[in-house]
Order: sequence, then C-alpha cells, then structure tokens
Amino acid sequence: MLPFFAEDFGNPASRNHPFGWKAEQAIDTAREQIASLIGAQAKEIVFTSGATESDNLALFGTAYFLKEKGNHIITVNTEHKAILDSCLKLSREGFDITYLGVSPEGLIDLEELRAAITDKTILVSVMFVNNEIGVIQDLKAIGAICRERGVIFHTDAVQGVGKLSFNVDEMNVDMASITGHKMYGPKGIGALYVRSRKPRVRLSPLLYGGGHEKGMRSGTLNTPGIVGLGKASEIYNGQERDDEAARLIKLRERLWNGLNSKLDHIYLNGSWEQRLPGNLNVSFEFVEGESILMAMKDIAVSSGSACTSASLEPSHVMKALGLGDELAHSSIRFTLGRHNTVEEVDYTIDIVVAAIKRLRDLSPIYEMFLEGVDLASIKWADAAH
Amino acid sequence: MAYSEKVIDHYENPRNVGSLDKNDPTVGTGLAGAPSCGDVMKLQIKISTAGVIEDAKFKTFGCGSAIASSSLATEWLKGRTVDQARAMKNTAIVEELNLPPVKIHCSVLAEEAVKAALADYDEKQVAARAGVESEAVLV
Repeated sequence: MLPFFAEDFGNPASRNHPFGWKAEQAIDTAREQIASLIGAQAKEIVFTSGATESDNLALFGTAYFLKEKGNHIITVNTEHKAILDSCLKLSREGFDITYLGVSPEGLIDLEELRAAITDKTILVSVMFVNNEIGVIQDLKAIGAICRERGVIFHTDAVQGVGKLSFNVDEMNVDMASITGHKMYGPKGIGALYVRSRKPRVRLSPLLYGGGHEKGMRSGTLNTPGIVGLGKASEIYNGQERDDEAARLIKLRERLWNGLNSKLDHIYLNGSWEQRLPGNLNVSFEFVEGESILMAMKDIAVSSGSACTSASLEPSHVMKALGLGDELAHSSIRFTLGRHNTVEEVDYTIDIVVAAIKRLRDLSPIYEMFLEGVDLASIKWADAAH
Repeated sequence: MAYSEKVIDHYENPRNVGSLDKNDPTVGTGLAGAPSCGDVMKLQIKISTAGVIEDAKFKTFGCGSAIASSSLATEWLKGRTVDQARAMKNTAIVEELNLPPVKIHCSVLAEEAVKAALADYDEKQVAARAGVESEAVLV
C-alpha cells in the first residue's frame, strides 16, 4: 500500500500519463485478486468505502432500479445494522420488508423463505456469517430458491470471505459485500460483487459524479486501500485458509472446554456446528457483560449487553435468538484469529473464570438463585430505563 | 469508553460487599432495577436505636459504573444518620465517580436502592411499634 500514498500517486482514472497508468495497473491487479478469492470476474467488482456502503448500494441500488417491478424485500432479523437500518429507511419510502426470524441456533428456515417470496419480491438479503454469533447460513440453498423464483440474492459476506470458502457461482449469489478490515486488510475500503450475467444485476448508483465503476459508484478510487484489499485477498486463500480454520476450531474448543469445565450456568449462543471457526459467544448467567469486560483489560472481546451500547439497547441478535434480556446482558463474544495462540487462550480462560467467580459473589441475583428464589416470580421495581 | 480511575478502583476493590440479615428488625433491605435491564442492586443498612447507620452492604448485577455507584453509596451511608441518608442525591455519585451521561442512570439506581432500603426499614419500624402497642394492650 505504502508506495501508493506518495511515490505512485497517480489517479487511476487518468488515462493519459504514466502516473495514472501505474495506478490503473495496480487497481486491475487488485480487482483480479479479489475476484479470484470469490470466484467472480474482475469486471464484476465495484470498489466502495467499506461494507456499509456496499450493503447500502446493494439494497438501495436494487430497490430504486427495480421499483417498477416490485417493492418487496426479504431479509433476516439478525442482519448487521447496515442492512437493517437501510431496510428501515426503505420501509419508510414505501417498500415492504419481510424480516425472517431465526431458530434458537440462529439459522433461517428455508421453507419460511420460500413461502415469503411473492411476485413483488425484488431482493433477498441474507448474511453469510453473523458478526455476533458466527452462525453460517446455507447460502447455496438460499440462492437456489431465489434463482428458482427469479429474485436477486445479495449476501453480506464480510465475516466469511477470506476465512471460509466462498464462491459466488456455487452459492448462487448475485451480489456480495466484502470489506478489507475483516480480512486482515485495511479499514475504509470494501467492494460489492455485482453479477454480470445469468442474471445481469443492475443498480441505481448512490454516488453520482463521473460514472466510475461502470456508473455504479462515482468517485476517485482509493488506490492504496484497494491495493491493500487486493493483497489481503491474495495472502489468505485456499489451503492455507482451510488449515487455519482447522486450527481455530481446535483453539475454540479449548477455550469453550476450559470455561465450561470450570464454570456452571454458562451457555453457548448460536449453532456450534454451523459456525465460523474462530467465533465463540457465551452467556455467563447472573453476571453482566460490561462488568466482565472490565476484568479483561488486556483481552479484546465484546458484549451484547445494553450497558456496552450507546443506545442502551441489548443486542438485537441475542434477542432474535429468543435468549431473553438477562442472558443477552450476560453475553460475551470471543473471536479467535490468525495471531492467537494456545497460551493466549489459556490465559483468557484463567482471567474469565476468576472474573465470573468474583462477580457472582457480587451478584444479588446469583445469591437469590442459590437461595432457591424463583427470579421470574419477583416483582422488580418499575424500570426507569 | 475509558473508565474513570475511581470507577475502576471501586470495581477492583469494592467496599462493603455482602449481606446483612434481612430478618433483623434493625436492617433495611432495598432492591432496585431488573435483570431484564441489566441492572440489579441490593443495598442493605443496619440502623442503631439512635438512628445512625452502623453498617451497610451491597450486591450488584450490572456494569462497572453500577457496581461503583452502589459501592460508593454504602461507603457514604456508614456513619450517617437516617435523615442524611434520605437526603442523598445521585448527582453526588455522578460527580465523585465522573460518570459520563450514558452512565448517569447507574447513580439514579443507587439512589433508588438507598430509598428502598430506608422505606423497608421504616415499614419494619411501624410494624414493630404496632406489635409493641398490641402487647401493651394485652397487658
């Protein structure tokens, strides 16, 4: 990336001089690298500022382009906010959105999807891997249903690309959002795969001004970012990626078994089988999430607790799983990656076990549980929040 | 969000964690919040015949700021009179702990827990007096 900040500073859209040609070449290479990672053609890659923009382009772009044909969009209630907030906006503009629910494992019901499609349906959007619980949806089957009914299928593939095998033809995917920073690449750069034939997907652009990216996304390309995204796609492909997935599954098992053997009343959130290798999401009953985070000063994890969000709302994904607010507030997401080691996992187990024990001693609801009080029977004071 | 040093201190070294005997007539027990909100505070105070808070204990299910707020509250209550406790305001907790706006509700909950404990104590006092009176009548 570095050369493209200062030395090779040409604008890739400048066709008339060597500075521009050099940049254009770098961009072309990156396009090939990304396309190769997902089984697409280079010309089907549209560069954006990140997956949020890719998701917006996929949703608004399709909705506006096809609004004469229909106004119904189907998605899932566990999607990333980039999808959900976009759908909310579209619903306020007169589009009809169906939010499919998920099983307690976090998976959608294919028959429910099939039944939800009408002749007004123009788009189905289902994320490949969930960012909070790591659950993997069956894209191939979902895509097949969409193909059958002639509906465009978009997937937010951010959490899966580069970590799991992902092929747009095998999975019947028509559009896919990816982002650099979830693939060990840079932040602030992403892409949207847009199928060019069978079917040819056309989009109404969100950004106007010059017609870059075949008119789909105007604006001078972020050359260093794109070079970074391309390199990230190349580095981590094929066998190396699959070997890493196997290593992460072992590491995750070690983490879960370590916690589960030393603590009681902890629960795994989401399917164990259909799950991203490095993801573990656990609810530690009777203890609140943010207080657990405070005990883990040098370990980076996150929580679905309301106390950790600016809006003071608990995680919508936890809610969709039917977890109940209390367990949502007690959830912690651990994600293991390429640089994590066995020592780090063992260290984490020790810290978490000690923290949970200490916090349960501090917890009035753990005390009530030990006394045999039925928490559901208590009339809690009217919550001001 | 970076925590204030005082919040971290109370979180790592909470004061007065534990329980008093809730059946003791000189103990007031207050419960505030709800598990579904991610915040539950149990606060107990033991009050002498002179109306001074001899001891205070707490247990909290909640974030670091909630734990710190209730820990701080028990620290302040000890040695104070019942009337001083009644006048305790959440704003004092916010100031002492440097709570950011999004955590102010934790201090409000602590104030609610204190008031609930005082109310429980009051109820017990009324019941005790009624008991004494009826004994007097029997005599």
